[in-house]
Amino acid sequence: MSARVTFATARRVAAQLRRDRRTLALIFVVPPALLSLLRFIFDQQPQSFDRIAAPLVGLFPLVIMFLITSIAMLRERTTGTLERLMSMPLAKLDLLVGYGLAFAAVAAVQATITAGVAFGLLGVDTAGPVWAVVLLAIANAILGMALGLFLSAFARSEFQAVQFMPAFILPQLLLAGLFLPRDRMPRPLQTLSDALPFTYAFEALTKLAADDVDGRLWLDIGAVGGCIVLALVLGAATLRRRTP
Amino acid sequence: MPTARRSPGDGDAVVLVRDLDVRRGDKRVLPGVSLRIRRGAVTGLLGPSGSGKTTLMRALVGVQRVHGGEVTVLGLPAGAPELRRRVAYVTQAPSVYADLTVRENLEYFASVLDAPAGRIGEAITTVDLSRQVNRVVGTLSGGERSRTSLAVALLTDPELLVLDEPTVGLDPVLRQALWQTFHALADRGMTLLVSTHVMDEALHCDDLTLMRDGRIVATASPDELLRRTGTDDLEQAFIVLAERS
Repeated sequence: MSARVTFATARRVAAQLRRDRRTLALIFVVPPALLSLLRFIFDQQPQSFDRIAAPLVGLFPLVIMFLITSIAMLRERTTGTLERLMSMPLAKLDLLVGYGLAFAAVAAVQATITAGVAFGLLGVDTAGPVWAVVLLAIANAILGMALGLFLSAFARSEFQAVQFMPAFILPQLLLAGLFLPRDRMPRPLQTLSDALPFTYAFEALTKLAADDVDGRLWLDIGAVGGCIVLALVLGAATLRRRTP
Repeated sequence: MPTARRSPGDGDAVVLVRDLDVRRGDKRVLPGVSLRIRRGAVTGLLGPSGSGKTTLMRALVGVQRVHGGEVTVLGLPAGAPELRRRVAYVTQAPSVYADLTVRENLEYFASVLDAPAGRIGEAITTVDLSRQVNRVVGTLSGGERSRTSLAVALLTDPELLVLDEPTVGLDPVLRQALWQTFHALADRGMTLLVSTHVMDEALHCDDLTLMRDGRIVATASPDELLRRTGTDDLEQAFIVLAERS
């Protein structure tokens, strides 16, 4: 692994994103806009809104970075740039960490804007510190990136890659307790959700929102970290120097 | 480096392939191919599409999964990490980032390759893209995109340059210019392997390798091929050889 190649990759990915102004605008505008919409939907039940608002601030980057990474990686595979890089003196980690750095920077801006709107304008109440919500949002973005990178290996077209969002992301959001808390779900679904990365990301954010800082929170954060490493290892395994 | 099996004359071989076996599913794409490419020459790899040209080239640069045989490039097994700066490969579809400018593409790949900064300018001049350096690749013509991809391959001044159908879709003037570039590179000592399915282009090559159905049906200079087949154009020569094989 080389710092030169890693940073060059991060700069290159950032330059590609910068050139696509409309995508950047969507990344930064859609999450606060959706939160504002929810705020009005839950106008009569502010406590229900509070329960999901802070976790959503931290989950938007996960979903969006998942989508962007799976499409970006798919493009690298289909246009041959990935094969070209694999024939060059570039370590797989250079590519993974380079992508991670660029997307973490974007996620930081996105989470800051979304948190600013949520906690500043919409009056979302969080008992825990706002900066911790933003930090978790960045960690979630890296998790989304790692998952997208791994799953992109199983898509042959951009149509398929986009379908992975309802196929893999939506069920996890539902099972993590977004609409109904996990302890009110049937037992088998609870067990299933124990095995899904979103569950821990969501739980950590919920605990922060309720200022329920205990040992469980650190376990949840640890689980998010573990999932990032696992997804990156699986993602690295899909980057092959030789292909059939 | 010398091995027991080395035959006389292999000393100036840049590529040595012995019994290369590549399968895709049940199909044997290359059922035992042997080939030798000499240093400093432009070797043309000819054959209809689907004859295995791309698979053979991919095996030489070490990105193809192979099932048997030996591929030696510059005295090392193909795909060895030491070869990653000494061998360059240009795929048929331009493998550059369409959303970056020509210069941004070259700067990125130059960092990955640790190529000296001066090489970027030289590569741009060689492929004649000086006026397009600040344009986004996606807005360039097909020919300009291929030349951007070629420029990336020139960044390390490789000893072996493998080009897959580099002239497809180019107008005759550009095609002529590109062949002149290839010969200029060979005159500097670079070895080039260029695939094409256009027989006319074969006349530009120093050596020719003709492929059909994953097999090599002939290896010779253009003149020798014509003499051997008693024909006066390469299209005819190919037909005669295909019938004999």
